[in-house]
Amino acid sequence: MTNLVNLTIDGKACQVPSNYTILKAAESIGINIPRLCFLEGIHEQSNCRVCIVKIEGVRGLKTSCSTKVIEGMVVYTDTKEVYEAVSFNLELLAGNHKFECWKCSRENSCEFLDLLRRFNVDNDFSNAKLFDQKEIKVNNSSDAMILDSSKCVLCGRCVSACEKLSGLGILNFSNRGANTYVGPAQFHNLEDAGCIYCGKCIQACPTGAIREKDEIKFLERALRDKSKTIVVQVAPSVRAAIGEEFGYKIGTNAEGQMFAALKELGIHEIIDTNFTADLTILEEGSEFIDRLQNGGVLPMFTSCSPGWVNYLELYYPEYIPNLSSCKSPQQMAGALIKTYYAEKLGKKPEEIYSVSIMPCVAKKAEAKRPEMGRDGYKDVDLVITTRELARIIRHRGIAFQDLEPIKPYGLLAEYTGAGNIFGTTGGVMEAALRTVTEILEGHSTPVDFTEVRGLDNIKEATYMVAGTEVNVAVVHGGAAIKEFITKLKTTDKQYHFVELMGCTGGCINGGGQPIVSAINQEKYDVRALRAKVLYNIDAKAEFRKSHESKAVKTIYEEFLGKPNSHKSHDLLHTHYNERSFYDVK
Amino acid sequence: MLDRMHILICGGAECKQSNSVEIRDKFKSEIKRLNLGDDIQTALTGCFGLCALGPHVLIYPGETLYSGVKLEDVTEIVEQHVAKGKPVERLLFKGNFDRSKFRNRSELTFYAKQTRIVLRNCGVINPLDINEYIARHGYEGLGKVLTNMTPEETIDEMKKSGLRGRGGSGFPAGVKWEFTSKSVSDQKYVICNADEGDPGAFMDRAVLEGDPHSVLEAMAICGYAIGADTGYIYIRAEYPVAVERLGIAIKQAEGLGVLGKNLFNSGFNFKIELRLGAGAFVCGEETALIASIEGERGMPRNKPPFPAVKGLFGKPTNVNNVETFANVPVIFLKGADWFKSIGTEKSSGTKVFALGGKIANTGLLEVPMGTTLREVIYEIGGGIPNKRKFKAAQTGGPSGGCITAKSLDTPIDFDNLIALGSMMGSGGLIVLDEDNCMVDVARFYLEFTVEESCGKCTPCREGTKRMLDILNRICEGEGTMNDLDVLERLGKMIKDSSLCGLGQTAPNPVLSTLKHFRKEYEAHVIDKVCPAGVCPNLTNYVVLDNCIGCTKCARNCPVGAIEGKVKEKHFIDLDLCIRCGACKTACPVNAISTKPESWEEV
Repeated sequence: MTNLVNLTIDGKACQVPSNYTILKAAESIGINIPRLCFLEGIHEQSNCRVCIVKIEGVRGLKTSCSTKVIEGMVVYTDTKEVYEAVSFNLELLAGNHKFECWKCSRENSCEFLDLLRRFNVDNDFSNAKLFDQKEIKVNNSSDAMILDSSKCVLCGRCVSACEKLSGLGILNFSNRGANTYVGPAQFHNLEDAGCIYCGKCIQACPTGAIREKDEIKFLERALRDKSKTIVVQVAPSVRAAIGEEFGYKIGTNAEGQMFAALKELGIHEIIDTNFTADLTILEEGSEFIDRLQNGGVLPMFTSCSPGWVNYLELYYPEYIPNLSSCKSPQQMAGALIKTYYAEKLGKKPEEIYSVSIMPCVAKKAEAKRPEMGRDGYKDVDLVITTRELARIIRHRGIAFQDLEPIKPYGLLAEYTGAGNIFGTTGGVMEAALRTVTEILEGHSTPVDFTEVRGLDNIKEATYMVAGTEVNVAVVHGGAAIKEFITKLKTTDKQYHFVELMGCTGGCINGGGQPIVSAINQEKYDVRALRAKVLYNIDAKAEFRKSHESKAVKTIYEEFLGKPNSHKSHDLLHTHYNERSFYDVK
Repeated sequence: MLDRMHILICGGAECKQSNSVEIRDKFKSEIKRLNLGDDIQTALTGCFGLCALGPHVLIYPGETLYSGVKLEDVTEIVEQHVAKGKPVERLLFKGNFDRSKFRNRSELTFYAKQTRIVLRNCGVINPLDINEYIARHGYEGLGKVLTNMTPEETIDEMKKSGLRGRGGSGFPAGVKWEFTSKSVSDQKYVICNADEGDPGAFMDRAVLEGDPHSVLEAMAICGYAIGADTGYIYIRAEYPVAVERLGIAIKQAEGLGVLGKNLFNSGFNFKIELRLGAGAFVCGEETALIASIEGERGMPRNKPPFPAVKGLFGKPTNVNNVETFANVPVIFLKGADWFKSIGTEKSSGTKVFALGGKIANTGLLEVPMGTTLREVIYEIGGGIPNKRKFKAAQTGGPSGGCITAKSLDTPIDFDNLIALGSMMGSGGLIVLDEDNCMVDVARFYLEFTVEESCGKCTPCREGTKRMLDILNRICEGEGTMNDLDVLERLGKMIKDSSLCGLGQTAPNPVLSTLKHFRKEYEAHVIDKVCPAGVCPNLTNYVVLDNCIGCTKCARNCPVGAIEGKVKEKHFIDLDLCIRCGACKTACPVNAISTKPESWEEV
C-alpha cells in the first residue's frame, strides 16, 4: 500500500501517492513540467536536465523526473532560476543540432522543437565562428535505418529502448564528454552490429536522429514515370494508425481515407496486404498440418515479421528449420503483383512499380533481400512506412480529414477478418487456428481464440484439435523473444506452433508507425487502442476465416493450384540464412 | 629483536622511476661485499613525501635522510656511513631552511610541522611485509572491534570521531556507515574508492603503495559495522605498483587469517577483491564507480537512491576513499576522543595534501585540519622559489577554486574552503605565482573536466565545452565582455543543474578566478594583454634596459625578429615576433620581459 503525501507545487497544494515523482505529481494537478529524455518505464536516467525544478531547502536544482515526493515538500517549477537553466540547457543542445526541419522525418512530431518553441530559445552556440562544432557521424549504410548524430540530443532513450524493449543493447554511448555519440560499438554499421530493425529506437527518439531510410523521393519519381504502372499494397495495421498523423485520436480506423489519399496521389492500382495475409494462412496452415502429421520439425515458427526473422537468423540460427518457409504477406503480394497481377493487367513485370506501405522499417530491408525477386527484378520495388506515406500526403497538401472514404480499387483487395488481424500480436496465430482447426476437424469450428489475444509478453494456450493436443505460444517484442527461446531450450513442454513478432504489440506498434510522444505513451496504451481497430474490423467482417475468402479461392483456381503446390513454393516460399555480426560468431 | 641498522629506501612510484629498486639491491650487495654483517636491514618503503628530490634513503639509527641518491652514490654511503658511521654530507637532504647545518629527519621543518596519521607508516615500514604493519599495531583496531564492540558501537565510535570523507565532499563517514547499516538486505558491500584522478594528486597512491594493510583493515572494520562480507577496491590500472602491493597484502592478510573466514574467532567473514579501472576521472564518482564495477559504462546514476540503499548490484553499499579508510584503524586504536582532539571542531583529524606548482618542496604532506595555508606553503613547503610573489593557491583540483593572498591565514578545513569559494577536494594544492596567468589556469582545469566529462548530462557535456570555447577565445584575444557574462551565467547553471559532482563543481576554477581576478580577465578582453605574459597572442616580448648586448637572443630567434649591436641593447620587432619564447630562454641576464609595463598587479 502506498501512502499519500502532501506537497505544494507552485503554490498549489496537492496530495499524491508516495511513490510519485515530482513530475508525475505536477502533471496530476495540471502543471506541465518540460521534459525531454524521460520515457516512463524505459528511460528514467535524467540525462537532459530539462525537467529541473527548485525544491525549497535543497541546494541547486533537481530533476523532477527522478525525485520522489516527500511529505511537506515545497516545489517551484517555474522560477526565474529554473527558466534560465532550462533555456540554457536547451540552447546548449540546440547548438549541436542540425536544423533541417523542412526535410526532417519528425517535422510534425519533434519533442525537441516543441521545447525550443516553448522556451523561445536562442541559438548562439551554433555560431561556428565562436564555438567548436561537433564532428557529425552518420550511419546510413543499412537498408532500413539511419543514425544521424547531427540531430541527436543524447537523451539516451534509444539506448534504453534497445536494451529493454528489444533485449539487444546494440546502441550505446561511445566516446566521452562533448565527443559523445550514440551508436553501435565503435560506430560499426547497424547492419554489422546485429540490429534487427525493429525500430523501437526510432519510436523512442524525441528528434529525427534515428529514423527510417526516407525513400519518398523514389515514389515521387515513379509517380512521374509514364512507363510505370504503380501497384501499391497496404499492410493491415497501417489503417489503424495513419489517422494519428492527421489529428485523429489514437485508435481510429482511417482505412477509407487512406485509400482515397492514395488515389489522390495518383496510384494506379491498390491491393490489400490483408489479401496475402489470408493467402499466408492457407500456405502456412498447410505447412503446419504437414509438419504435424508427417513428423516435421516442431514447433513451427511464424515467419511474417521480418524483425523476428532477423532476430532468428542473427541470434538463434539453430532454429532456422523451425521457421515456416512462407514468405511474409508483403513478399507474397510482391511476387503475385509481378506475375499474376501483371498478367491480368497485360503488363510485363518491369512495367510494374511495386510499392508497399508498411508499419515497419525491417520491411525495407526484407524487400531488398536477394532472394525476394526473380529474373533480375524485385518483387517489391519500394517500401514506404506509414509515417512516410503521411508525409507525402501532407507535403502534397491533401486534406486527409476531408477525404471521402473509398474502397481499394485493385483486383487483390478483398480480405477476411482473419487476414486483417495479422497486424496485432496473436492475430496470425488466431487466423491460423481458425483455418487449421476447421481443416483438421473437417467441420465448422469456432472463430474466436481469445486466449492468444492481449498484451502479455508471452501467451500460451493448448487446443484439442482432431484429438491431438496442440500447444501454441504467442511472443512479441525482442526482449520477450529472448525470454521465450531461453525457456524453449530448457523446457520439456512440446510446443507445436509459435507466433513471434519483432515488435511488442505486433505490427500495429511497428517501427514505421506514427510516433507517439513520450507523454502520450504514458497516457494511453497505444498497442491496445490500435489493436482494437483491427479486432473491430474483424468482428464486423462478412468472412472471418482466411479459407472462406473468394479471392483466395480464385487465385488458387486460376493460378497457384493448391496450397504448397510447386508454383506456390516457387513464388510464395523462401529460405533463410545464418548471419553473423561484428564479424564474430 | 632489532637489527643493528635499518636502511629504508623510498619505494614510491616517483622514486621507483628513479631506480630506487636497483639502489636497494646495490645496498644489499655492497653490504655483503664489505662483510658488514647480517643485522643490517634494507627495505623499500612507501613514499617519503619529498617527491621532487628523490630517490631518498633513510638510515636508522640517527634518522639520517639522504636525497637525490644515485646508483653510483651507494658505494660511498655504504663505505662511509654504514661501515664507519660518517654521514656523506654532500648527499644529505638540504631543504631551503636546513642549508646551514645537519639535522635528522624529524627535525626538518618539512616533517616537524606535520602530523602523520594517514601517512603514519609511509616511509617507515616495508609494505610488502604484513609483520611490519602488525609491529606498528596493525590489525589491533580490527581485533578490538571484532572482540569487544558491537556493530552499533563501532558506528557510534566512528560518528564520535567526526571523521569526514576525504574524497571531496566531506560527508561524515560514521553517518554514511550508519545509513548502510540500517538498510536491510541479504548482501551488502564495502567499496574502497581508489580511483584517484585529480591532476597532481597522489595521496591515495602513496597510502596504497606505502601502507596497503591500513586500508584492508579499515574495510574489514567497516564491513563488520555495516554487515557486509565482501569488499572491493576500485583502483586505476595506472597505479601498477599499488595494485601489485595490494594484491600481495590481501594474500598475506588471508594467510594470517585477518581477512577471510571467522576473523578473530568472531564468526565474522570478510573478503576483499580488486577491480581495476581504466582511469576515467568520472569513475571516482561513487555511482559511476559502481556502474563500472558492474561492467557497465562508467556513468553516474541518479541519487537518490543512494548507494547506502541501492548500490553495487542493487545492494546497499558503503563507499569511502583510501584516505578516509586509512584513518579508521587509528581511530579504533587510539579512540575517537583522541582523533577528535586533532584538527578543528567541525573537521577533525588531518589532511594529506599533494603540494605542487611554484613551491620549493614539491611532495606529500599531512597536517592537522586548521593549519593555515601560510604554514603549509612557507614553512612545510619551503616557500616559492626564485623570489617570486605568491599569487594564489588552487585547492581541490578541477573541482576547486583559488585562494588569494588575503586568505593565506585562514585555517584550512572543509567549511572554510567552501566559504572561500573553493573546496578541499581530494587534497591537491597547487601554488601559483606572479608568472601564472589565471585565465590560463582556469582553462587548464576546465580542459581537464571537458575531457573527462562522461557525456551523460547536458550541462556538463555541452556547457563545460562552451565555457572552454569561450576561455580559448579570451586567451587568444578574441574575447568580449559579453563572454564574461555568459561564462558566469553558464557556470552557475552548470553547477545548479548537473547530474553528478563532476559537473556540479566543474565551473569552480573559472568562477573562482573570475571572482578574484576579474581584472586579469578584463585585461585579456579589453586591453588585449595577458598580464602574466603567458597567453602568446596577448604577450609582447620586450628587451629591458639590463640587456648586455650579448646577441644570444638574436642568434636564437627563428624568424630574425631581434636586432641590435654587440654590447648594445637589442630590440624586438613585434610584427615579426612569433612569441615562441626562444629569446627569453636564451637570455643569460633575464633581460627579456613578457610582462606589460602598463598593467598593475591586482
